[in-house]
Amino acid sequence: MAKPILEIKNLNKEFKVKSKKALFAKPASVRVLQDISFHLMEGETLSIVGESGCGKTTLGRCIVRGMNASSGEVVYRTEVGESVDFLKLKGAESKRFRKDIQMIFQDPYSSLSPRMSVFDIISEPLIANFKLPKAEVERKVAAIAEKTGLNVSYLKRYPHAFSGGQRQRIAIARALITQPRLIVCDEAVSALDVSIQAQIINLLKDLQEQYKITYIFISHDLSIVENISDRVAVMHLGKVVEMAGVDSMFKQPRHPYTEALLSAVPQPDPDLKKERIVLEGEVPNPANPPSGCHFHPRCGYKTERCVKEVPALREIGDNHMAACHYAEQLTLRGAKHERGTSDEQ
Amino acid sequence: MTAETVQPQQPLLRVQDLKIRIQMDNGVMNAVDGVDFEIRKGKTLGLVGESGCGKSLTSRALIGINPKECETSGTIAYRSSQEPEAKGEALDLLALDPNGRKIRSIRGRKIAMIFQEPMTAFSPMYTIGNQIMEAILIHRTKNKKEAKKLALEMLGKVGISDQEKRFDQYPHEFSGGMRQRAMISMALSCNPELLIADEPTTALDVTIQAQVLELMKRLQQEFGMAILLVTHDLGIIAEMCDEVAVMYLGKIVEQAPMKEIFRNPKHPYTKGLLRSMPRLGGNKAKRLESIEGSVPIPVNMPPMCGFYDRCKDRIEGVCNRQSVPATQISDTHTVRCFLYSDQKGGQ
Amino acid sequence: MRRFGKRQAAAAEPAMDKDANYSSQWRLIYVRFKKHKLARISLVVLALLYAGALFAQFLAPYGLENYDSKYVNAPPMKLRFVDAEGKFHIQPFVYGLKSGRDPETMRKVFTSDTEKKYSLQFFVKGEKYKFLGLVPSSTHLIGVKEPGRLFLLGTDALGRDLFSRILLGSQVSLSIPLVGVGISFVLGLIIGGASGYFGGWLDAVIQRVIEIIRSFPTLPLWMALSAAIPPRIPVVRMYFYIVIIFAFIEWTGLARVVRGKFISLKNEDYVVAAKIAGVSDTKIIVKHLLPGFISYLVVATTLAIPGMILAETAMSFLGLGIRSPATSWGVLLQEAQKIDNIALYPWKIIPLGTVILTVLTFNFLGDGLRDAADPYKR
Repeated sequence: MAKPILEIKNLNKEFKVKSKKALFAKPASVRVLQDISFHLMEGETLSIVGESGCGKTTLGRCIVRGMNASSGEVVYRTEVGESVDFLKLKGAESKRFRKDIQMIFQDPYSSLSPRMSVFDIISEPLIANFKLPKAEVERKVAAIAEKTGLNVSYLKRYPHAFSGGQRQRIAIARALITQPRLIVCDEAVSALDVSIQAQIINLLKDLQEQYKITYIFISHDLSIVENISDRVAVMHLGKVVEMAGVDSMFKQPRHPYTEALLSAVPQPDPDLKKERIVLEGEVPNPANPPSGCHFHPRCGYKTERCVKEVPALREIGDNHMAACHYAEQLTLRGAKHERGTSDEQ
Repeated sequence: MTAETVQPQQPLLRVQDLKIRIQMDNGVMNAVDGVDFEIRKGKTLGLVGESGCGKSLTSRALIGINPKECETSGTIAYRSSQEPEAKGEALDLLALDPNGRKIRSIRGRKIAMIFQEPMTAFSPMYTIGNQIMEAILIHRTKNKKEAKKLALEMLGKVGISDQEKRFDQYPHEFSGGMRQRAMISMALSCNPELLIADEPTTALDVTIQAQVLELMKRLQQEFGMAILLVTHDLGIIAEMCDEVAVMYLGKIVEQAPMKEIFRNPKHPYTKGLLRSMPRLGGNKAKRLESIEGSVPIPVNMPPMCGFYDRCKDRIEGVCNRQSVPATQISDTHTVRCFLYSDQKGGQ
Repeated sequence: MRRFGKRQAAAAEPAMDKDANYSSQWRLIYVRFKKHKLARISLVVLALLYAGALFAQFLAPYGLENYDSKYVNAPPMKLRFVDAEGKFHIQPFVYGLKSGRDPETMRKVFTSDTEKKYSLQFFVKGEKYKFLGLVPSSTHLIGVKEPGRLFLLGTDALGRDLFSRILLGSQVSLSIPLVGVGISFVLGLIIGGASGYFGGWLDAVIQRVIEIIRSFPTLPLWMALSAAIPPRIPVVRMYFYIVIIFAFIEWTGLARVVRGKFISLKNEDYVVAAKIAGVSDTKIIVKHLLPGFISYLVVATTLAIPGMILAETAMSFLGLGIRSPATSWGVLLQEAQKIDNIALYPWKIIPLGTVILTVLTFNFLGDGLRDAADPYKR
């Protein structure tokens, strides 16, 4: 029986936006994350999906403390079972736990310092967190480089000598070196070419199997999400609108937004019969969100109630949560499309 | 390839042996290395490939907007069916002065282009309406009132509501999807025969991407223009294209009608690409098949197959000793691979 | 077969020469800088100028205090190899000067006295000075035997040799900017860094202070500040005061560069990555932020120097900075203030040429550095 490794409780993040109208006007605030709560089991992959501006990247950064959350708790349970609020750790305490939670970034070009050799980049977290003799550091870096498919003889090189895929391997090696238990992957494969993407996804999966790592996988690409995750959380305008196991959600989504996202993914298969739901309009401005359900201006199923009443995220059954007034009534289409003519490649 | 003179319908654009070479510090990079393709009237050709394969350079070469460092050779025969270009006479776009009057009258008017990042295509200093109107004033009419009417009409056609208000807004007041629509309306305002779309939806969210793709399909039917769609996304290819050309390392490695590519891919690279793409509803437990290694940089490449190092089916002593000729395996399907070639020279 | 195997391996490598793969930032910058021809030439010219300033007392035939009322406003002398009779001499020589009066304007004019021939001599004993301020010496590189005189670029209204004075003046004109920029570099780094890193109210206060300083019109500010310098103080102290005046104004620009870079680098992914990895703040600053913008700061500093050279020149020109008998290029140009002076004695404008040369070479050098400063531009 797996235990939750991380529990996120009512996480909020507000950005202050300076008003341009008057010099001394009170700054307005935009709520980028609104009462996000979920838990994470050890060894699982939870994907967070949504369109740009939905807050998924902010959520990832708040969890690893790359950014400070406005309020809420991120309770981390260590291997020996102590629970600590990761966000409130200070000084030496934070050092003890920080090594357990790492992150991989989207852009392998900006996430590696161009001024450090690959060896220095990979060993940096190690040196910052442990006092190890030099030989030991070298041994560990070489071991992790091999694990991530990097040629050990290239370690003295600088990042500019590597291609995007190789750079992402370096970033993964850096995240792995402290033997973390949780890694937040922020669009970790989005900037890569298709053929390289597959390599990196496979690598992440292999590492998970080997080291029992838990992933929070932030992505906008639903095809990849389906392939990699155990559970999925769909975010819209700073809120989780649906959360479920990946099969359950992709087979039968319970929120119209999820349905629209799924139907919008272009499929590399000309024989699929598809009726696409094309959403009208644009993603609303988070500074000025719509009333009631934030999704109602673009929703095909909206009623009077959706405009007025904010739907809460609630259990629909079978570990499936959705924030829609009509989650039970609606029959929404999932990702399994009917094929017109069946043939195998 | 042989009986081209008697074909009833000439292609709108025929590119032959297009080469783009860039002088680098450490040698010459053959960024585009002998590309041939045709675009037929009213049809969509997809140019698909990974970053650095030369697909963008190829598309930009068609209207001569590559930077000066790109040495371009080959022919780009453009055969307009519209006046005033003489019917049936092909015009070699590459032979034209890249800054001359002739190419400018074609660029924008007959061949329009939309880009990945619409923010860079609009000047931030002028209103959207102003910029669309300018395009119309250059190419279509001299009458300002008429131009404005046409511009408003175009904005409506690309699904921008409240055109009167939008007309007077600046690019930064538009959202990403809106800007892409506005750019499409500007590109189509002169009723071009060919629209070059370079990764038109890559910067957009999926739901907005779906909108824009639908829009492009609808407008193609309405205006009857041909589209050259440059993308890395096979999903978009499957939705939009009639023909597909797969590029790898400056060469077209496979070219066929769209369905043929997906049902019956021949080139090891095309196969690998299709297999490595995760797809919705796919088998989750299955590992993704990936193509090993990474794309080499085509500087000082010896004559050999560019995919050799990553290919599972490579034939040593054949694929790495000579450049690969294109093989016609059916009327419409061409592949550049020795597995399907009789001319395994030297063997 | 083997041949192809080898080449193919080369093609699989990322296309860069092998060295570049192992090159650190500074090495890449150096490689790119080397390609900038103009900057390289400028570097050589600047090296020569500074060497000239360093060894000025030795190179100059005369000292600062040397004047001779017999030779007021004498024109530049020509170094000759062929004498009036057409005879060739291996050793270059100059003719003596004969003074006379223009019969129409009654102005004093000098003509060459072909009777008196003075050979140019090397390592002559002349005025005493302290070499590099330490070693007493009286050897000068070039000179002529007394009573002959060597005025390669003519003399001024007091009969002082212009060539010597340009060389000696360069000691002030070329070093004030360096010291001034050096001080402002340190100030800018600390204050700008604090402003960018800590942000908040400290940032706001520092930025407002900078804005206030920068909004002072410079000319009146100079006047006010130099009025505060007591008159008749030793040259060294005056020099020191002037450097402070410059540094006081100049650091603001550098502080802004530092602050801007700090802020933009602070949000780079790789800095966030280091933070997440648990790297301490000091280490982040030293290992990530500083190397990130130090190259830009070098560029900004290089480009700030010509401005200071001009400022010093302008101040001295207006009589606000260095005052005689100490000299700088600005002081020398003071004499070129009057139009009739330039019309009658055009050689007095020569110091302007050296100013222009220096400012241009610094600018070219800065250009070259700027192009090389970011070797990772894609």
